[in-house]
Amino acid sequence: MTVQEMLSVIEPDGGINGYDPKMSNEELLHCYRTMMRVRAFDDVALKLQRAGRIGFSIPNRGVEATQIGAAAALKKTDWIFPSYRDFGMALYHGVSPVDMMHNMYGNAADSAKGRQMPVHFSFRTPIQFFSISSPIGTHIIQAVGAAYAMQLRKEPHVVLSSFGDGGTSSLGFHSGLNFAAVWKSPVVFLCQNNQWAISCPSSQQTASESYAIKASAYGMPGIKVDGNDVLAVRRVVSEAVERARKGGGPTLVEAYTFRMGGHSTSDDPTRYVPKEELAKWEKKDPVANFERFLAKKKLWDPALGAKIAADSFAEIDAAAKVAEATPRPGIETIFSDVYRDVPQHIRRQGQAAFDLAHRKGDASAGDGAFPL
Amino acid sequence: MANLTLIQAVNDGLKVAMRTDPTVLVFGEDVGPKGGVFLATEGLTKEFGESRCFDTPLSEDGIVGAAIGMAANGLKPVCEIQFQDFIFPAFDQIVSEAAKLRYRSGGQYTAPMVIRTPYGGGIRGGLYHSQSGEAYFCHTPGLKVVIPSTPYDAKGLLLASIDDPDPVLFLEPKALYRTLKGEVPEGKYKVDLSTLRTAREGKNVTVFCYGAMVPVCMKAAEQAAEKGIECLVVDLRTLLPLDEEGVIEAAKQTGRVVVVHEAPRFCGFGGEISAIIAENAIEYMEAPIARVTGFDTPFPNTLEHHYMPDDRRVLDAIEHVWSY
Repeated sequence: MTVQEMLSVIEPDGGINGYDPKMSNEELLHCYRTMMRVRAFDDVALKLQRAGRIGFSIPNRGVEATQIGAAAALKKTDWIFPSYRDFGMALYHGVSPVDMMHNMYGNAADSAKGRQMPVHFSFRTPIQFFSISSPIGTHIIQAVGAAYAMQLRKEPHVVLSSFGDGGTSSLGFHSGLNFAAVWKSPVVFLCQNNQWAISCPSSQQTASESYAIKASAYGMPGIKVDGNDVLAVRRVVSEAVERARKGGGPTLVEAYTFRMGGHSTSDDPTRYVPKEELAKWEKKDPVANFERFLAKKKLWDPALGAKIAADSFAEIDAAAKVAEATPRPGIETIFSDVYRDVPQHIRRQGQAAFDLAHRKGDASAGDGAFPL
Repeated sequence: MANLTLIQAVNDGLKVAMRTDPTVLVFGEDVGPKGGVFLATEGLTKEFGESRCFDTPLSEDGIVGAAIGMAANGLKPVCEIQFQDFIFPAFDQIVSEAAKLRYRSGGQYTAPMVIRTPYGGGIRGGLYHSQSGEAYFCHTPGLKVVIPSTPYDAKGLLLASIDDPDPVLFLEPKALYRTLKGEVPEGKYKVDLSTLRTAREGKNVTVFCYGAMVPVCMKAAEQAAEKGIECLVVDLRTLLPLDEEGVIEAAKQTGRVVVVHEAPRFCGFGGEISAIIAENAIEYMEAPIARVTGFDTPFPNTLEHHYMPDDRRVLDAIEHVWSY
């Protein structure tokens, strides 16, 4: 297969043409359930955003197979340097929807203490899901640094660095792939080519025939995979992960997929995505694709699908209610964690803000006392 | 004790850190077998091996970005940017990432790391080997900005920076690398960050300065003393977080203040010193605060000695605030 061809596993009839993913039924269903929970998370988050309960969300519809297939190739001792459209990976490895919803609300229980926009998650357990930032591509090279530490300590761990097609134009993409190839880093670069960087089509991002082909120039393997085929993504990323684990260096994986929704809840994709393109990809829905495979294995039928969808929605909806009932962070969280120890000038500013809030009577129950 | 130049003190500090802490790594452009363009890292690859002191691809964004990942995963990177003028491709990594990681992750991930870089004029480096960019970085919560001016402080502040739990930008005055020597203790010692150094006692005029401007101000203070004006010369050493109380106290001691830096004046660090004094000690001021700085122009090559504040300009400002 050349770097330009695209690897798929699931056939239109649900068969896999002799390929053995070596996954138990429970593992297969865990992938399916996680995809459905991502979908439910999208639905609940959109509802909350439209109702004004949260400010923002990032929809994942269309890219669930890429997220879950890649996550399924990792061990919990591996690290993920995610983009903001990757939280299915966290769900797959056991991050609780309640912890994620705390972030969506930016409340006192949020691991980021309400400092970030929604979907900018940060988790250390059950897997290292590195703190997400909004600038594009900065984490691609950081992943290589984290991998260097693993190499130096001779740990058998791997880093997955995930980004979109827009991310390939960033400084971090170039330095990340270049450093990783020179250092033979245990990193898998996952380019989720979802065709659109907000309103800019992939054709405006690169003149290359593909993203996978860029790997050749850096001196690493590149492979293009059907991003709507969870088994294909898992297969390709697993091979890259195992190569990296054995000291074989980095790989660039291009997952060819499509963002079925907007860039975010603040975006209206009907203004720029042609209807025909959407309709074409609608037929390649990654969940329906996987259902055909599971049905052929007698692991799925429409009734089970409906039950999992309902259970997923109920779980995420309940998580949102817990987060909604949690108070906002105290004013002191503006001033803590800038440095490990609060310096005198920030302490003074915090004390002044805190005193003013009390003086004006607008300090609410969540506000703790200074000094920190 | 050894009598070392500032660059030898930096080199000694790096060696001490690498000997005492196996997680300390040094990397950057030409820092490996060559030992750096100024020889700050001379001998490190030989003593500690290529996995702990090594050359990277020519990418400042890559150097700092990789350092962040290393720091987040248990290492203590001390990376070098060859000239501070070349740091700007890494500005995003420093400002958006290293400085904000602890805050944005609620303390779950941190970036304890040091970025060493030579700054400032005095070597005929023109626009791109001479700049003093400290103000860009001092506007960044989460970052620490340290500038030594003596060999003793260079080693002590560097070791304190390497042990610090937060990212530190360590700006080395390249003009002083080899122009002065000083006593430097052997082994490990630290100079606390965010503490001022009184370089000279005096009761008439307070001169605030840092880095390569410290010896310039000391020379001007000597000339002022000959004219009967005793200057209190304060070496700020750590610009962020600044010892504001120390600055206010030093300003109150004389009521007359000169602030000196070689960076351009507009929005420069001297503006912050002036504002802190104005906000907290204006009733003690006997004269307007004077700033002696680089001009609000790019850094020139042939005429750099006209651009950089010298003892003549500093003395002029001292006399002005004294006679006001």
